[in-house]
Amino acid sequence: MSLLIKNGIIIDPCAENRAVKDILVENGKIAGVSEHLTAPEAEVLDATDKLVTPGLVDMHVHLREPGFEAKETVQTGTLAALKGGFTSVACMPNTYPVADNASVIRYILGRAQEAGNAKVYPVGAITKNSEGSELAPMAELKEAGAVAFSDDGKPVNDAAVMRRAMEYAKMLDAVIISHCEESTLAGGVMHEGTISTMLGLKGIPAAAEEVMVARDVILARLTGCRLHIAHVSTAGSVQIIREAKSRGIKVTAETTPHHFTLTHDYVHGYDTATKVNPPLRAPEDVEAILAGLADGTIDVIATDHAPHTEEEKNVEYDLAPFGLVGLETAVGLVWSQLVLPGFLTAEQAVAKLSLNPARILGVPAGSLEVGAPADITIIEPRQEWEVNPESFASKGKNTPFAGRKLTGKPVMTLVNGTRF
Amino acid sequence: MTLQGKDLLGLLHKTESEIEYILDTAVPMKEIISRPLKKVPTLRGRTIVNVFYEPSTRTRTSFELAAKYLSADSVNISGSASSVVKGESLVDTARTVKALGADIIVVRHAMAGAAELMARTVSASVINAGDGAHEHPTQALLDMFTVREAKGTLKGLEVAIIGDITHSRVARSDIWGFSRMGARVRVCGPPTMIPHGIDTMGCKIFDKVEDALEGADVVIVLRIQNERQQQGLFPGLREYANMYGINSKRLGLAAPDALLMHPGPINRGVELTGEVADGQQSLIETQVTNGVAVRMAILYLLAGGGDANVPVD
Repeated sequence: MSLLIKNGIIIDPCAENRAVKDILVENGKIAGVSEHLTAPEAEVLDATDKLVTPGLVDMHVHLREPGFEAKETVQTGTLAALKGGFTSVACMPNTYPVADNASVIRYILGRAQEAGNAKVYPVGAITKNSEGSELAPMAELKEAGAVAFSDDGKPVNDAAVMRRAMEYAKMLDAVIISHCEESTLAGGVMHEGTISTMLGLKGIPAAAEEVMVARDVILARLTGCRLHIAHVSTAGSVQIIREAKSRGIKVTAETTPHHFTLTHDYVHGYDTATKVNPPLRAPEDVEAILAGLADGTIDVIATDHAPHTEEEKNVEYDLAPFGLVGLETAVGLVWSQLVLPGFLTAEQAVAKLSLNPARILGVPAGSLEVGAPADITIIEPRQEWEVNPESFASKGKNTPFAGRKLTGKPVMTLVNGTRF
Repeated sequence: MTLQGKDLLGLLHKTESEIEYILDTAVPMKEIISRPLKKVPTLRGRTIVNVFYEPSTRTRTSFELAAKYLSADSVNISGSASSVVKGESLVDTARTVKALGADIIVVRHAMAGAAELMARTVSASVINAGDGAHEHPTQALLDMFTVREAKGTLKGLEVAIIGDITHSRVARSDIWGFSRMGARVRVCGPPTMIPHGIDTMGCKIFDKVEDALEGADVVIVLRIQNERQQQGLFPGLREYANMYGINSKRLGLAAPDALLMHPGPINRGVELTGEVADGQQSLIETQVTNGVAVRMAILYLLAGGGDANVPVD
C-alpha cells in the first residue's frame, strides 16, 4: 500500500532549500521525494499549502508508566504525541519503579508496541532509584533499549557521582541528560523574584539552575562525555552553555515551549497549572531563551510533558506537583511564538523539533531522505485554534495554556507510513 | 458603595476608597464594643465558620468575638481536629463547610494562596485571616485604623516596618494598604530576611535600623521566629536584638510623637524591649481592641451591609 503526498511545502532540515514537492511512501519508508511524482497505484493525499516535515521528536516526556497510570499511560501519552505531531518520544525514567533496570525498560517498550502509536525511546536512570549515589547498570539499560541517561526530576547532587556517570556514559557513547538544580539553593515552588515576593511563595533562584549547569559543563570538559542540559530556563544558563560550546565542550541544550512563552507573572492567582520545575522565569530570562534559540545555543525544543491528575493539582500551590502537559500544544506554541514572529525560520524550528533531538539521542528520525522510515508530520501553519484541555488525548489536562489562541497546527502524523 | 467581589483575600487589589470605606465602617463598630452591652442584632441568622489550619489565639478569638457582637452564629474548626488529619483536601473542606451552611468562611493557613483557592471553590464569602507569607489583610486594616485614629490621617506618614519581612504576611498587607492610603513605607531587617524585589511593591529598603527609624511616624515591629535562626537566616537572638531590636534609644530616632505597633505576640527583649512595649508610644493593646472593630466591619460589609443600614442605632 503506497501513499503519495502531493504538493506539500517540504521542510526538511537535511535539505538545502524549501520546495514544493511530492513524497511517495511505500512499505513504511520514504520511496521518493521530488517534483511531480506519479504513482498510479498510490492513494493521493493533497498537501497543498501545508508544511510536510520529518516526524517530530520530543526528547523529554513523562509517560508515567509503570506506576503512575492515573496520570498517563504509554497508550494515552503516545496518542497525545501523535495528536501533537510527534512520531517519536523519549520518556524519562522517573516511573515507579524507576527505569534503573532492564526489565522496566523492556516493559515500557512492550507497552509502546502494544499501543502502536508514536515510537517510544526510553531514557534510563543515571543512578539506582535516581537517588544520586550508586550508578545504575547503564550498559544493561542500553542493551535493553535505553537511548540516554538521566535522573530527570532530580538533580545528581554529588559532583563525584556525576563525574563517574559521565565517564561511564562516554564509554557507552551515550548522552547524559542533566536536570540542573542545586537542591540546597532551590526548595521553592516558583521563580525567586518580584512575583514570588508579592505572592509570598518560596522562590527557586535562577542561580540554583546556573550553578549546576556550570558544574556539569565543567565535568563534561573533564570527562569528554556528551552532555545535554534539560529544560534550560534562565539567561545565565544560556550564557554558560553558549560559552561552553564556543570552547568546544560537547554540550547541547533544550528548552520548552512554556519557558519561551510564559513568565512568572502567570503565577498570579496561584493557578497550579503554572507550577513547573524549572519554574516560569522573569521576562529577561524569556528574552535570553529566545536569543539562545535563534543563535543555536539551544539545540532542541522539548515539551517536558508532565501529566498529573485533577485531584493532585487542585490543591494549595505549595502542595501541587510540578509539571504541565505539553505534547498537544507544542507545535502551536512554536509557530505562534517563534516562527510567525520571526525568531526562527520554519526550517530552524523543525530542526529543533526533529533532526537535532534525533541526532543527540542517536535515533532514526528527523529526515525525509529516500529510504528513511516514513515518519512524517503535516502542519497547517495558518490554522488558528484555541487550546481546549478537554479535547486532549493525554490524561493530563494540566496546562496553563487553556483558552489560548494559537496559530499553526499539526493536522496529520504518519508513523512508518501509517496515518494517524 | 460596596466592596468589590465576595471575598477579602488581600489588599493588593483594594482601592483607596474601599479601604477608607472599611475603616469608616469600623468607627461605629468600635463604639458598639465600648458599650456595657456590646451586642447588636445586625448579623442574626448568619453563619460564620473560622477554619484555622495554623494555631492562632488572637486572630481567631478576634473574629469569633466580632461575629458574636454582631449576633452571627460562629463556629471554629481547627486544622488538627478536623478532617485535615484524615487527609481531606482544602477544596473538599471548603465545600463541606459551605454545605454546612456557612455564609462567610474565615481561613488561616500556612500556605500562600490557600484563601484564594477556597474562594474559587465555594460561593460563600472567604476572608483571608493570613495565608503563609502572602497577606493578612485584616491585620493591615486594623493597623491602618489604629494609626488613623491616633493621627487623623494616613497621608504623608512615614511608616517603618522592622523585622523578618520575607516571612511576613503582615508586612506585605501593610505595604499595600499604607501606600495605597498615601503613606510611605520603609522596610528594614537583616538582608537574609528582605525578599527579592520587595521595593517593587512600593517601599524603601533599609539595612540599618537607625536609618529606617529616622523621622518615622509609625514603627511596626514584627515578631522574630526562633525557627528562622535554625534556618540560618540570622546568627542568633542576641545579635538580632543588638542590631534590630527596638529600645527607647532607637525609638527616640523616630518622630517625637511616633506610634509603636506590633501584630503580636511579642517577644520581649528580642524585637523590642519591655520598656517600649509598655511605653507611652505603644499602641499594641489598642491594636487588639481595634482588630475586633475592623473585623466586625468586614463581616458586616461582606454579609451585604451597605450605607443605608450601618448599625449606629
